[in-house]
Amino acid sequence: MTRSFRAVVIGVSTGGVNALQKLLGQLPADFRLPILIVQHIGPEAGSGLAKLLDERCALRVKEADEQDEILSGTVYLAPPNYHLLVERGGFLSLSADPHVSFARPSVDVLFESAAEVFGPELVGIVLTGANFDGSRGLRIIKQKGGVAIVQDPEDAEARQMPQSAMAATDVDYVVALDSMAALLRKLAPERAVMPHKGRGRDD
Amino acid sequence: MKHGEVEDVEIRLLLEGVQRIYGYDFRDYADASIKRRLTHWLAESEFDTFSQAQSLLLRDRSVFESLLRGITVNVTEMFRDPAFFRAVREQVVPFLKTYPFVKIWHAGCATGEEAYSMAILLNEEGMAGRYRMYATDINETVLQKAGEGVIPITEMQRFTRNYQKAGGTASFADYYTARYDRAMLSTALKKDIVFAPHNLAVDGEFGEMNMVLCRNVMIYFKPDLKERCLSLFDSSLLPGGFLCLGLKETLEKKKIGERYEELAPTLRIYRKRYD
Repeated sequence: MTRSFRAVVIGVSTGGVNALQKLLGQLPADFRLPILIVQHIGPEAGSGLAKLLDERCALRVKEADEQDEILSGTVYLAPPNYHLLVERGGFLSLSADPHVSFARPSVDVLFESAAEVFGPELVGIVLTGANFDGSRGLRIIKQKGGVAIVQDPEDAEARQMPQSAMAATDVDYVVALDSMAALLRKLAPERAVMPHKGRGRDD
Repeated sequence: MKHGEVEDVEIRLLLEGVQRIYGYDFRDYADASIKRRLTHWLAESEFDTFSQAQSLLLRDRSVFESLLRGITVNVTEMFRDPAFFRAVREQVVPFLKTYPFVKIWHAGCATGEEAYSMAILLNEEGMAGRYRMYATDINETVLQKAGEGVIPITEMQRFTRNYQKAGGTASFADYYTARYDRAMLSTALKKDIVFAPHNLAVDGEFGEMNMVLCRNVMIYFKPDLKERCLSLFDSSLLPGGFLCLGLKETLEKKKIGERYEELAPTLRIYRKRYD
């Protein structure tokens, strides 16, 4: 039986800028699943990371705005100082609630709300980081029947976050960053009907 | 039916009951955040499920009030987003100064940190005694705290940094007295602020405001309630008045949007047109 998915969520902290460039950089423009990312970042960081990733990846990358519709072929980054959540009906919302797992944005908040909405049709990924955020969220993704992927701690710039996630739940795949894009393409082989990037960009 | 779906049904029923009995309407709050807050309240309560809690919640007002406190607390800090406060100081205050007296509505003030920040800023710009700030919130417990103006001393280091980045011209320590583990804000900051209850979902406008601040409150609302709030702010504001939203909130595609120009677009400071 082939499974079908509706979204990928990624949590990453220390070493995230490099890791995200590498992973997203290896995904084609017509990768079908929307990707939602929490990268731990300072409260006044600005939206530079989304711009950088957008320039360097085939996929369209943007900082999430409230009420953004979750679209195929698009990567959404949690804004600095806000939690990113998934609403029923395929929309995003933001919250300025207190830090969770010592972070805002918090990986756990994104993962838990995405698991509520997408259930078994969700892929959760924990990448490099020097804390425990994402462990609880990944466990909930698994409880709801989703797929859990963790970056091989040996391969991670900071191994604590992947290790903690592996201790928290029964992870489906432990892989190096280099093979993660291929794994995602295997899990979600369908192509997006209409890649968003490129349209109206050259005028 | 899966556990998660049962819980969603329970929450919907509970909010329906709360609205009918107490008149507080949370059905127009964004689901994901309200669910997180409700679940958090449930975990701290003596109940195992929302159905179990519902019986008492609908009969015992004190139980409802504990729920209300739990789900309407917004967190805030002094000079949150220093760049925003700097822009208010440099780009908005010069306009405010042209009036003999200005009125400001701070909607959703929570425990008051941003209202006090604004008071500090206005006083430093020479406007002490020339403004009145109406700081409102749905949650009367936080309003009481706001009126007291007492802040955990552990926060003051961060707030001092924010204050400096926001272009503060004095020494932040002059604005509070440290006592044990608390910082008491100076009474001079309180005299031009009126704290009052107001529910954005049902209550009306405040007349003839020169400035309305409502930052990171409407992010918890569904689109219809957001539009209601914006139209409330619009009818409260005088022409030439200023509307300040959170950094991730915008008037783009909003009904009142065309009557406003962006004064500082990325900092979400809007000005109501005269025509």
